[in-house]
Amino acid sequence: MAGNNGSKRAGLRVVGKPFRKVDATAKCTGETKYADDIVFPRMLHTKLFRSTVPHARILKIDTSKAENYPGVKAVLTGKDLPAAYGAMPVSEDEHALSISKVRMVGEPVAAIAAVDEDVATEALDLIEVEYELLPTISSMQSALDNPEPRVHDHGEFGNVHRRQVYEFGEVEPGFAEADFIREDLTFYEGSTHLALEQHASVATFSHDGKLTLYTCTQDLHYLHKALVKVLGLPASHIHVIATPNGGGFGGKCDPFQHEIVVSKLAMILGRPVKICLTREEVFYCHRGRHPCLMSTKTGFKKDGSITAMHHRTILDGGAYGGLGVASTFYTGTFQTLTYKIPRFKVEAVRVFTNKAPCGPKRGNGTPQPRFAQEVQMDKIAEQLGIDPAEMRKRHLVQPGSIVANWIRVGTMGLGKCIDKVVEGSRWNERFRKLPYGKGIGMACSGYCTGAQTPIYWNNMPHSGVQLKLDRGGGVTVFCGSAEIGQGSDSILAYIVAEVLGIDPFDIRVVTSDTDLTPVDLGSYSSRVTLMTGNAAIQAAERAKDLLSQAVAEKLEVPGSRLCFADRRVFDTENPEKGVTFIEAVWLAETKFGTLGTVGSYKPPAAAGKFKGSGIGPSPAFSFTAAIAEVEVNPETGIVVVPRMWIAHDVGQCINPVLVVGQVEGSVYMGLGEALMEEMTYRGNRNVVHKFPSFLEYKSPTTMEMCDINTYLIEDGDSNGPFGAKEAGQGPQLPVPPAIANAIYDAVGVRIDEVPITPDKVLKAIRAKAKGQEGRYGPSKFLQCEMPAPIFVPTPTEGGDGKPLQREPALAQR
Amino acid sequence: MEGMATKPIRTKRKSKPEKAHIHLRVNSEPVEVAFAPHKTLLEVLREDLGLTGTKHGCELGECGCCAVLVDGRPVLSCLALGIAVEGHEVDTIEGMAGGNKLHPLQAAFADLGAAQCGYCTPGMLLTAKALLEQVPRPSRDQIKAALAGNICRCTGYIKIYEAVELAAAWMAGERAEAPKESVYGWQ
Repeated sequence: MAGNNGSKRAGLRVVGKPFRKVDATAKCTGETKYADDIVFPRMLHTKLFRSTVPHARILKIDTSKAENYPGVKAVLTGKDLPAAYGAMPVSEDEHALSISKVRMVGEPVAAIAAVDEDVATEALDLIEVEYELLPTISSMQSALDNPEPRVHDHGEFGNVHRRQVYEFGEVEPGFAEADFIREDLTFYEGSTHLALEQHASVATFSHDGKLTLYTCTQDLHYLHKALVKVLGLPASHIHVIATPNGGGFGGKCDPFQHEIVVSKLAMILGRPVKICLTREEVFYCHRGRHPCLMSTKTGFKKDGSITAMHHRTILDGGAYGGLGVASTFYTGTFQTLTYKIPRFKVEAVRVFTNKAPCGPKRGNGTPQPRFAQEVQMDKIAEQLGIDPAEMRKRHLVQPGSIVANWIRVGTMGLGKCIDKVVEGSRWNERFRKLPYGKGIGMACSGYCTGAQTPIYWNNMPHSGVQLKLDRGGGVTVFCGSAEIGQGSDSILAYIVAEVLGIDPFDIRVVTSDTDLTPVDLGSYSSRVTLMTGNAAIQAAERAKDLLSQAVAEKLEVPGSRLCFADRRVFDTENPEKGVTFIEAVWLAETKFGTLGTVGSYKPPAAAGKFKGSGIGPSPAFSFTAAIAEVEVNPETGIVVVPRMWIAHDVGQCINPVLVVGQVEGSVYMGLGEALMEEMTYRGNRNVVHKFPSFLEYKSPTTMEMCDINTYLIEDGDSNGPFGAKEAGQGPQLPVPPAIANAIYDAVGVRIDEVPITPDKVLKAIRAKAKGQEGRYGPSKFLQCEMPAPIFVPTPTEGGDGKPLQREPALAQR
Repeated sequence: MEGMATKPIRTKRKSKPEKAHIHLRVNSEPVEVAFAPHKTLLEVLREDLGLTGTKHGCELGECGCCAVLVDGRPVLSCLALGIAVEGHEVDTIEGMAGGNKLHPLQAAFADLGAAQCGYCTPGMLLTAKALLEQVPRPSRDQIKAALAGNICRCTGYIKIYEAVELAAAWMAGERAEAPKESVYGWQ
């Protein structure tokens, strides 16, 4: 199933061309229906009663006044939806409405369905909840210091949700070989997706017992599974339609309380029920970037080669598990992709706190360690007196290698990426040569194109595509993928059009509908283009095969000589001899009956054979190099980024203008995280969010956004459709560290945490002026008892990918 | 039903205000509409006139998704009361295309991928339209200034600037194309 045609092919008619997206016109005319645009007759509206306290037992909920408020149709509480659920089977710790305890301010406790939003809102004031307050766990530190009270009964112990420790090759001998060892501490603050569309859902329930839910979700399949579990309906009676997402960025991956609540209310009331969250409520949904405290210990030689790395991370997970176990794994996975790291040890701890749950924001768990690693690389280069671009290039991971933690890297175009940005930015003329206050800095990264393992264990395809060919020459593509703005619907049309030789706009795309479309696992982990693309190629090749057989018979030429192009099927040796695509469909339908084909895709097996080895491996990896230019005002600490140069190894563009758009959007989001975005709380004031509003949660406007020179490196990977690799997440990773490194070049201070706000820059500049260390960042790592690592010998040590039982004395090191 | 009260308690609904009834022009057509007087223009457009092309993202005038044109000037419809537009001319995204032909800004946005998720797009397009009516060939800085109140989380704005520039060129009668590097990247 895997692999299609490898690298760049000649003669492509659609792939690689800047076609308009199939949904672009509707998005520019206001016709696109997002979830909150859906209206049904007799539709009711829902509001959620949310906890005002961060951590408490619920002693009593009195909803009687609300129930009797005129216009209120139903009130739900936790006991109406008792089943627990969660995005990952390993941490199903959520309830649609709190059962006996609340764990964060903003947690839904009760739900009201009423004739309109005003009535529902008024009735919220009539709900009375009696809480028994519990001490709060407000930070990583307090989670580690206070095993009691526990936020959850599950997890490892106290408020530690998850610990992961792996050692790939023994790191101690690696450190012993090193000429120098550095241990750097960094902190990456949490941030949220801030998708412009506020979450909304509409449920309907037919009197033959079937539920339909329209909702802005990135992962309708996983939501479908959660609904089955919580609502107790068979899967075949639940129809989930993912409406076009008004921005996702990972924030609409988890099943959400409101989606379950409106479904249940529609089932009870037999009427359509809608909810649209306020912006404040969207902040409580969160699932954004985990705040991460990191320690990166790296041994290196005088030439900058790395001998060993020991990376430690503590993640503030917030109140629930969600997809946090995956995020935790990803903080210790992709360090090995870029520069050779022969021995690699990772320790990661995720703790529970009484805050909105963290989860998968763009880059899921990888921007934080990449920031730590790339800032440290800059320090290593500085220490050794080597140009940081040159040092990175010297020690690149080779294409096709299996790295220390058993990830198989396919094509690897990072060297070319570095060359492009070095040349474009005139790096060699400017690095360490600009006047005080101006600087230039570099960082690189690698990212997966889809996860090798599905979220729940199974051996079925990750993506399925069906094609229907009709007598008018129309082709319909059916696929369960969810359009979140990245262009996933268009990718299906382009690929099928390429294979069948028709125009992408001849194709109708039907996606994200559990009744109509085969399963695709969803828009996460940068998997969609590769997986749906490969499934689409298989389905289209099968359709092409049917048409070929029928046309070959008619034209009396061998099928191998037929070409599909320009809406025709013709003999390559005599192009005049041929039929129109419509005629080809008629011939095939006459010969075979009704035409339809399917395609599916499943990633190749992982090389590692240890517990957890399924997280990290991917069919293909993208690579990015970025250079940032900054201007730092030493009087105010204000950092301005006028321009970035960024080169991205995308394998092959299916549509270049969309790839450039993904890269530019990644730079934007990276810039926001680097300079201003922060999801922070008042720990001493009831752990309330500091600013759950668009006004105070700062994100870049046109006035802060930098100019960008984007370079695309096309180094086709045999696992990608036409060689394509991901573009939506990887390019964000090098942006914050490139900016931090540029600030050092500009004013000689290290800001070892994001966001890099003016106060931090100013503190570091002032400290330096006083002769102290010119640095702002964490000064100590937090202690947590760790188990012995799972020890896996590396491929170069002759390992077979299986863990090794070590002597206890060794294991304790 | 489980979860429902057993003891009925009578509670009076707050008294409902009488509906406001106004006349205005929407997308060049006369319209009359009645609605609760506290409703914002955004709510009147979306809920009472069914014009859901106007979006909402923040409820406090920060994101720009809800921008519409009132008498040709951009207004954040989440901050304006419906009753305030009595007798005025309101333009929404639904009226931007002329018949079956896209406005040049719409075509340029669609061609350049300036609409990714599309949620900020109606507000962006209308704000850009107002700009081009004032300044037919704006500089990049003028575009940035005009769109500074419209947040886009997908594109990083670059494709939006390029689309406004392309549309401006088309509207000036040029047969312009987008710069090669904005479509294929820099070489």
